[in-house]
Amino acid sequence: MATPEVELKRLGSEYAEKYGFRDPEQYVFKARKGLDREVVEQISWIKNEPDWMREFRLRALEYFLRRPMPTWGADLSELNFDEIVYYIKPTERQGTSWDELPEHIRRTFDRLGIPEAERKFLAGVGAQYESEVVYHSLREELTRLGVIFVDMDTAVREYPQLVKQYFGTIIPPNDNKFAALNSAVWSGGSFVYVPEGVRVEVPLQAYFRINAENVGQFERTLIIVEPGAYVHYVEGCTAPIYSAASLHSAVVEIIVKEGARCRYTTIQNWSKNVYNLVTKRAAAYRDATMEWVDGNLGSKVTMKYPAVWLMEPGARGEVLSVAFAGDGQHQDAGGKMVHVAPYTSSQIISKSISKGTGRASYRGLVKVHRGAHHVRANVVCDALLLDEQSRTDTYPYMEIEEEQVSIGHEATVSKVAEEQLFYLQSRGLTEAEAMSMIVNGFIEPITKELPLEYAVELNRLIALEMEGSVG
Amino acid sequence: MAEHTPLFMIENLHAGIEGKEILRGVNLVIERGEIHALMGPNGSGKSTLAYVIAGHPNYEVYEGRILYKGENVLELPADERARMGMFLAFQYPTAIPGVTMANFLRLAVNAVRKARSGEDKALTPREFRRLLREKLEMLRIDETFASRYLNEGFSGGEKKRAEILQMAMLEPEFAVLDETDSGLDIDALRTVADGVNQLFNPNMALLVITHYQRILNYLRPHYVHVMLDGKITISGGPELAEELEQKGYDWVKTQHVGTAS
Repeated sequence: MATPEVELKRLGSEYAEKYGFRDPEQYVFKARKGLDREVVEQISWIKNEPDWMREFRLRALEYFLRRPMPTWGADLSELNFDEIVYYIKPTERQGTSWDELPEHIRRTFDRLGIPEAERKFLAGVGAQYESEVVYHSLREELTRLGVIFVDMDTAVREYPQLVKQYFGTIIPPNDNKFAALNSAVWSGGSFVYVPEGVRVEVPLQAYFRINAENVGQFERTLIIVEPGAYVHYVEGCTAPIYSAASLHSAVVEIIVKEGARCRYTTIQNWSKNVYNLVTKRAAAYRDATMEWVDGNLGSKVTMKYPAVWLMEPGARGEVLSVAFAGDGQHQDAGGKMVHVAPYTSSQIISKSISKGTGRASYRGLVKVHRGAHHVRANVVCDALLLDEQSRTDTYPYMEIEEEQVSIGHEATVSKVAEEQLFYLQSRGLTEAEAMSMIVNGFIEPITKELPLEYAVELNRLIALEMEGSVG
Repeated sequence: MAEHTPLFMIENLHAGIEGKEILRGVNLVIERGEIHALMGPNGSGKSTLAYVIAGHPNYEVYEGRILYKGENVLELPADERARMGMFLAFQYPTAIPGVTMANFLRLAVNAVRKARSGEDKALTPREFRRLLREKLEMLRIDETFASRYLNEGFSGGEKKRAEILQMAMLEPEFAVLDETDSGLDIDALRTVADGVNQLFNPNMALLVITHYQRILNYLRPHYVHVMLDGKITISGGPELAEELEQKGYDWVKTQHVGTAS
């Protein structure tokens, strides 16, 4: 049975205790605040990069500076680019065993439960702390099969041909302001290469941790899945609670070749001072399948619309998105499906929950290019409001240039009914437990797609959000 | 000798909703081992009483007390009452999409058990499954029930059986069955009533709320009460139910008016 065992024990700890702790800042190098040509060159110099990458960065910086701040989505007016530190190098070298890491960093990941998860159910782990990946591992049998799972900086050095061939091809540096920013100052992230026919049956995971205040994290991930191969990549993210804003702006590019399948799962739980502005896009070729499973719980503002470009017949794309907007949060999330080729299909399922002053917006695009006939696309967005104050909006864009297509769209908005709460309470559940159960039931179509461990984690995080909020 | 405390007692209960008084002075005493039937026409306040007993937050209590094991429960939220061993089988159970019966029951059973045993010890998944299987068998409910979403897409009969299954799992000491017979055909009614009879034991008590007498052919009440206009106007033995069936509620009304004037 796919349904996860939902553990709704009374959770005594809040975010602050579990994820919100901070380490003293002990860094090998920390760039000065603000962004200009000098900072970008400094990053490239420290990384000892080839010229082509330095030039790529500088070109991207120009795009970034030229582009206006987007105003069509969430409110970004308080985001001050001059107050952010764009690069922090936490340690001299990367470890392949946790023991090699500096004590304070190892403790951080221990507390977050990463080494334990690695032992139990992961095929490989990358752990990023501030701007650099500090730990990396991959099961030996996968290495022997030719699977590559390293941090992006290592990939630039060790697999230059592969990187050069694909880097920035799915999301060009001038795609949008934040993709340009990432392209200019990117650091860390994962590079995954799965050779033809190889199936990586257990997930690879990356964990992103911001520790310092006012810092930006700009990881860059590139995943190449060769024909007939399969990989499931999972990322998790947390940060301490600061009053000043931090910025997380990642770029993720994925290429899924003929008959291959890639699933990318995110459980984003940034602290509520983080702007999370991420560009994620995959290209799926003949008979390939790309699935984004996107859970947004944390952050102050999230703008994220994972996309699939369906390039050849038989390609299939899916976005399963869960957003939880608590007090003061704005989750502007959704998905994009671009049907370039005929006989392609896509599905977007979005479930959002808003609580208190939280605001969840679904923003999505289904685009069918001329000539892409016999396309099937389906969009379902359901919103759940937990109280009178909370707010939800839906912005479903459809650009259909072909007539022989089948497009479906459904949207619902519902409120947690008093009768549901009373019913569950009359069976002995507290109000917070009852609320969590209703919310977990609402997102069940998505949690059932997650590996058990993540489903339990997601349900637990939601229970945590309910705790202390119900009086 | 210590004074005897009834399992459940209502004293001069006045309650209503949105300022409108519906219950106008209800009194009732129920001892362990007893089945009481509460009958009355539509709109007489039976379901209001059920909700007030269970602690529905929308209902207001203007006066009176509800004592369970000697403690006034009116100030307690619904979940605390449930954890003390009170139970309401709903007339219209609510659907909770995406939550399986098994997951829901496991949490509910653990919440209630922990509170009542005073120990912080949940059932292991294996113990829980065994308990669930046992109760499903006892109530002759198909095992697939456990993996269905709570009350979602259930037929009328399935909903009522699901309520009794919950009662079986939670093992209350005092249970109110609110029109558990409504919407059931005769076979379903018998199945549900058989289940309740199997669950009943001398250590617990039942308050069976019904509009019709027919469920009382299966659940043999020790006492029958008739509610009219928010008050219990007549109480008697099981013969009262049969008399009502023959003569109808109008008969009680005339009786009641007669005695009151």
